[in-house]
Parts: sequence; C-alpha cells; structure tokens
Amino acid sequence: MIFDYETLKMLWWLIIGVLLIGFAITDGMDMGVAMLLRLVGKTDSERRTVINTIGPHWDGNQVWFITAGGALFAAWPMVYAAAFSGFYFAMMLVLFALFFRPLGFDYRSKVDSKRWRNNWDWGLLAGSAIPALVFGVAFGNLFLGVPFNIDNLMRVSYQGSFFGLLNPFGLLAGLISITMLVAHAGMWLQLRTATVVAERSGQYGRYSLIAFIVLFAAAGFWVANLTGYQIVSMPDTQSHADPLAKVVTTAQGAWLSNYSDRPWTMTFPILAFAMALSALIFSKLNKPALGLISTSLMLVGVIMTAGVSLFPFIMPSSNNPNISLTIWDAVSSHRTLNVMFVAVSIFVPLILTYTTWCYVKMWRRVTVEEIENNTHGSY
Amino acid sequence: MIDETFVDLSRLQFAVTALFHFLFVPLTIGMTWILVIMESVYVMTGREIYRDMTKFWGKLFGINFAIGVATGLTMEFEFGTNWSYYSHYVGDVFGAPLAIEGLMAFFLESTFVGMFFLGWDRLSKRQHLGATFLMAIGTNMSALWILIANGWMQNPVGAEFNYQTMRMEMTSFAELVFNPVAQVKFIHTVSAGYVAASMFVLGISSWYILKGRDLAFAKRSFSVASGFGLASILCVILLGDESGYEVGEVQKVKLATIEAEWHTEEAPAAFTAFGFPDSEEQVTHAAVKIPYALGLIATRSLDEQVTGINDLEKQHEVRIRNGMIAYEYLTKLRNGEDTPENIATFNTLKDDLGYGLLLKRYTPDVVDATEDQIQKAVKDSFPKVGPMFWSFRIMVACGVAMLGVFILAFYYNAHRVIEQKRWLLWAAVLSIPLPWIAIEFGWIVAEYGRQPWAISEILPTFLATSSLTINDILISLTGFIVFYTGLAIVEGWLMIRFVKQGPSSLHTGKYHFELPNKAEQTEGEQS
Repeated sequence: MIFDYETLKMLWWLIIGVLLIGFAITDGMDMGVAMLLRLVGKTDSERRTVINTIGPHWDGNQVWFITAGGALFAAWPMVYAAAFSGFYFAMMLVLFALFFRPLGFDYRSKVDSKRWRNNWDWGLLAGSAIPALVFGVAFGNLFLGVPFNIDNLMRVSYQGSFFGLLNPFGLLAGLISITMLVAHAGMWLQLRTATVVAERSGQYGRYSLIAFIVLFAAAGFWVANLTGYQIVSMPDTQSHADPLAKVVTTAQGAWLSNYSDRPWTMTFPILAFAMALSALIFSKLNKPALGLISTSLMLVGVIMTAGVSLFPFIMPSSNNPNISLTIWDAVSSHRTLNVMFVAVSIFVPLILTYTTWCYVKMWRRVTVEEIENNTHGSY
Repeated sequence: MIDETFVDLSRLQFAVTALFHFLFVPLTIGMTWILVIMESVYVMTGREIYRDMTKFWGKLFGINFAIGVATGLTMEFEFGTNWSYYSHYVGDVFGAPLAIEGLMAFFLESTFVGMFFLGWDRLSKRQHLGATFLMAIGTNMSALWILIANGWMQNPVGAEFNYQTMRMEMTSFAELVFNPVAQVKFIHTVSAGYVAASMFVLGISSWYILKGRDLAFAKRSFSVASGFGLASILCVILLGDESGYEVGEVQKVKLATIEAEWHTEEAPAAFTAFGFPDSEEQVTHAAVKIPYALGLIATRSLDEQVTGINDLEKQHEVRIRNGMIAYEYLTKLRNGEDTPENIATFNTLKDDLGYGLLLKRYTPDVVDATEDQIQKAVKDSFPKVGPMFWSFRIMVACGVAMLGVFILAFYYNAHRVIEQKRWLLWAAVLSIPLPWIAIEFGWIVAEYGRQPWAISEILPTFLATSSLTINDILISLTGFIVFYTGLAIVEGWLMIRFVKQGPSSLHTGKYHFELPNKAEQTEGEQS
C-alpha cells in the first residue's frame, strides 16, 4: 500500500472533488452551451456554430460525468447505493433527460428540416437544463440531510419523496448550478464563436454571473442558519468502514464550523466570488480567454465550498444522524482505495494530455461562413 | 419477506435496458476496426474511395454510436438506483473495473470519436488514422473492463466476505483482472461484435450490388467485411464461451442446464443437438445426441466429466445446510459476539454463506428453515432448463448459418464472381439480423444462466435489489419502454434513410444519386 487508510480516505475525498470539478468545467460547460443555444443563435447556421464549438468534445467531456459515477461506485459504494436509490425519480429524470444529448448533437444536423432541428434544440435544452438543475438540487439536499436509514445488514432504505427534494433551499442550489454553468458556457462561446453570436454569449454570460453572485451569497447566509451535522464520537479513522458506529449531533450553523476551525478553507468561497467578478470584468473587456479561466476557477471554488462545508460528511441522514455517510465510514476497503488511487494517478494525467491535444487541434473561432461552406462535414 | 413481483420487475427492467443497450454496443465494437482497416488502406494507397468508405460507414457507425452512449448511461445508473444492496455488497470489488473502464477506455474512445467525425480537415492523414485507431482501442478496452466486472459476477475470484463491513472486499486485483472466465468472455464477446459489424457491412454492400449501385464502393466494402467477418466468426465459434464453463461452480450449473444434462454421464459426454427437456421427469425427450461433442467443447478433453444436474443438486444441499450455520454465526458477529472462536468458525463456513442466503426467500432468519424450505432452495439454485437449452441452441444455429454465409462470401469474393451469385447476396442481406439474434440469446444464456445469483454463490438476485416499491419500478419501466421505443424508431428511420442514400450522402458528387447519367456508372469511373 502506498498510503495508510486514513490518508487514502482523505485523498479519495479530493479525487471525487477533482472528478466533479472536471465534470463541471467540461460537461457542465456543454450543458451551459445547450442552454444558451436558442438564446444566442437566432438562425440555424448560428446555432450550428454554437454546437460545433463543442462538437468534437461533448462526448469526451461527458466521460467526466460517467467516470465520477464509476469512481463513486468504486470508492464510496455506500454513497452510490444510498444516493442513487434514494433519489430514484430524480435520477430517472436526469437519465431520461441525458438521452437527448448524444442524439441531439449527433442527429440534429443529419436531416435538413426546420422542425427536426427545432425539436432537437429543445431536446438539447431539456437534456442539459434538467440534469444541471437536479444535480444542484441534490447537492442542496445534502445540506438539509436526506431521510434514509441503514439496517444491521447494511441495507439502505429511503423515507423521503421526489417532491420532498424540491424544497426552497434545494431549488436555490439548483439555480446556482444552472447560473454557474451558463456563465461558464457564455465565456466559452464568447471565445469560440464570432460576431453577433459571441456578443450575445458574452452578454448572457455576464447576466448569469450577476445572478450567480447574488444566489451564491444568499445560499451562504442561508447555510449559516441551517441545521448542520457534527460528529461527536467515532471509531479511529484508520479502522474499517462502518457507518453504524458513530454518534452525530446537529446544531444550527454547524456547516460553517470548518471555516472557523481552519480559516484557510475560506479561500474557496472567496475564490468563487472573486473569480465570478473577474470573469465579469474580462468578459466586458472582451478578453473571453481570461473570462473562461476565471469561470473555471469559479467552479473549483463553488464545488470545494460545498465539499468543505459538508466535510467530513457526504450524505447526512435526517432520519438517524448517527448513520450519516462520511468520508471515513462510507468508503471502500484499504486495498480498493489503493488500487484505484494508482489507476487515477496513471490515467488522469494521460487523459488531460490527450484531451488537451484534441482541444488544441480543434481550436478556432467557429464562424457562420465555415458552417455554410461545410454543411455536411460538421454537426 | 421478499416480494417476488417486485424482484421480477426489477430484473425485467434490467434485462430490458441491458438487452436494448446491447443491440448497439456490438456494432460499435466491430465497426471501429472495420473503419481502421478501411482508413489504413486509404492512408497506405491514397485512394480516395477508401476515405469515402471510411466516412460513409463512419456515418452509420455514428448513428448507432450515439444511441449506444445514451443507453449506456442507464447501465451505470441502474446498479445504484435499482440494485443498491448489490452496490453496497460488492461495490468494493465490482466498482473498480467500472471506474477503470471510465478512466482507461471511455475517455479514450469518446475523446477520439470526436476527432474521427470532425477532425478530417484539421488533422493530417496519419493523425486522423491514429485517432480512429485510438477510438477502436478505447472501445474494445471498455468491453474488456465491463467483462472483467461481469466475469466476476459469474466467477467471483480475488475477493472475500468481511463481516465487519458486511460486504465482499477485494483481496487480489490481479486475480480479478486475470479471471479466466472474464478472459474467455472478452474474446467471445468482442469477436461477436466483429461478426455483427461484418454482417452489417456485408449485408448492406450486398444490397447495393444487387441494385447495381456504386459497385466499386460496394464491392470493396464487401471484401473488407467478408474477410474480417470470416476471421471473426471462426474466432467466436472456436474460442466459444464454453471453455469458461468448467471454471467456477455456477458455470457448471450453466453448462448442465444448457445441455439438459440431468445425470452425470461417463466422459466424454455427448452433446444433445436437439430434444425436448422435461424438468418434471428430468429427461430430454426425442434427444438427438452427438457422441463426444460436449466433453470436447466444455472440457477440451476426453476424460473429464461434465457434472449433471442431479449431482450438482446434492452438492448444493450440503452447501445450503452449511450456509445456515454460517448465517447463524454472522448474526452473532454482527450483534457483538465477535469472539475469536466465533470468528474462526464463521471463517470456515463463510464460503457457503451465499447458499444460506437463498433461504431468505422463505424465512428471514434463515436458521429456522424447514426441511421443505431447504429442498425448495436446492431447486432454486438452478435456472430453468428450457430457456437455457433453447437460447443456447438458437445462438449456435445463428452462428453456424453465419459461418456458412461468410465462407461462401469470402470464397466467391476471392474468385471475383460475387456479382453473379445473386442468391448469396440475398442471403447476406437476409442474414443481417442473425448476429443480433445470436448476441441477445447469448446474453440470456450468460445472465439468465447465472440465476438465482446476482454474484455467483455469494449474493442471490432477490436480495440485491433496492428498497423501492412495485409502483416505482412500474413507472420507470414504462418510461424506459416508451423512451427506448422512441429512440429505436428515430434511430431506425435515420439509419434506413442513410443506407438508402448510400455513399451519395457524403455529397462528394461521385456517387449514384449525384451522377448526371446513372446508367453510365461503371466500376472504372470510380476506382
């Protein structure tokens, strides 16, 4: 083993974070692009320029999502089991919505019919907005605690309902998710499209940034008043994973205790706000490349803020706080974490290398002229 | 108590979504190599017709690929949504190959599939071929990792049960990866994919030849498909999955039920080519037997026995009784009586714990099972013989028919007389569905044949479910049926549309529907 169990448990919290950040920056951007599609593209050619900026990349980007799901299964199997079965209809909704994306990207431009293409535009919008919203809502509900239980044979059961998820705080988190991804996509399109499409994209990106700043601040104040969870006692962090063996208490504002205990963690919320502002400025100055870097870092800030606030909790149980799932006790065995850590260390750098190569090779502003001169070779 | 209807609906939903997903995956797996072959010829010879072939078959590949990606998402979600106890119980082992599949295979495949479709003008010839090749490697590696995961369900090596965490935990990653069942499954499944893609290209090319359209294009495609297809079908048949059936207890059960081998025969066992298995009487009526064949296929020898259902039943009964004691000790350990003696006793019996869990269907406490319930559990430890027997034979029959088509296609193509053999061209067109029939029935043999287990000898399927309700599943299952029907209609419509257009859909100005005088089109003009 390369590291002891406790270190690997920590590392895996970080790795899941990295995969979620990778998902937001790449696939989340595609979702934002699809949400902006009909707003920034008024004609069919304009819309095709928008789609073709991500045309070669959407499928690779989507693998960040698939891999995050796989990593959750391998590293935090109890979380995968509890979240996916507990949020059953939310997950089914996401899944059915996601079906529209591969088909929308691939099929839309294969038939020259206005109705066909319009329908796929709406499909792409639904396939992107619904997952973005639901993921945000799910994250928001983690802060509220999820009504589930675990029996002595470790079978999970869920006592909530789908509509129970759609509470005000959950919806606020959902809107944060949508605005941050649309903002990020706005920067991307401002950079990779031309003329009016780029202008409109920058405009909508900036609107989203402003909305994001307001909503994210509101969520911060709200969290300060929420009932958070805290571990009172638990087995040694090196010991085997047993979510049934600890004592947890709840207290108002407890989600912010990590920030007072370790003030350096304030970096993440500050990063989120600062980068949103910087993106706003760079976009206005028509420096979309710097705007895109800013929104990418903003996404890092947001996801880390959520992670640090919950830490070490992943999925608190509102039914029985003691069985809440944490990074110490909802994890795989020492050996599996170790094997998977090696796999991640080998493959993630490799993935980043060839993905970068592909982005470099395809890098250009996609113009309406290019699309109209090559109607059959592009999406 | 276990709600049988709920379990059956959960299984039905998984079967529907997996069988549907698996309509698209094999074609993707095989097409990637056919595209690599065509594009390699283009890069080596510089003849544009091979680039057009790569692009046109690539278009059909893309229509199929998109739906494979979409329906693949379902599979990843479903373990968690519908099999949450399974996810907890074996996630430590089963999750690893799935995550590695993402890291090692999906990223490669999906990143370069974008380059394949949209990189023609932005990459050099060699770079583009490299992208196509990496896409093929990625696709085939994803098959490797998912079959390592699936192979572990059939023959769970490299793992052991931990009572403290109440789950299976990995003991050896190498054993998991080099599981012999996974290895034969991988070869068998990817070759089946190559056959599906070859038959697809062969059949459609034959149709163009029959119509007298784009002959140069169609005959070259036919050549590639007949060669690749013949090699692949030989691989599927000769390196069939059966060689994996002697490894692992549940694989033996599968073999016995496929063959309807009620009683252990003297080695080498005969193969029942045809007959009517009767589970009540435990005999196969009107059986037509081929001497030695089963022994040779399954054990690759003349002196090893193939164990019959009767003997397996006796073994299972012993293990169920041991499993009851294992469960008794597990309960003690979970309730804090984890003395060294109890742990030691449990460890000697824990390999039979899964058999004990079979009794949960009849009594939640397992240890108080009656003699009658034990006998029922013994009967439960086998899949039904009928579906296994017939599914296997349908699969094999399709395989043999395809072997015939590919041999003749290869032979007449090598002699350059394929255009005159219209009957064979028609046979190739009509054979297009065969690989899919074989593949779907093969899935049934492999996965229905694993019943009653989700993980062989470890976790019964009825325990592996999520804590949902019948209504939950009815709603999602209806959703899948409606959505998937819609997807199939759109995909089929688009596929037929592009097949009908043929290479003219590339808009190069060189093909059938774009030529001013279609009658003048000859092979010479195009090559």
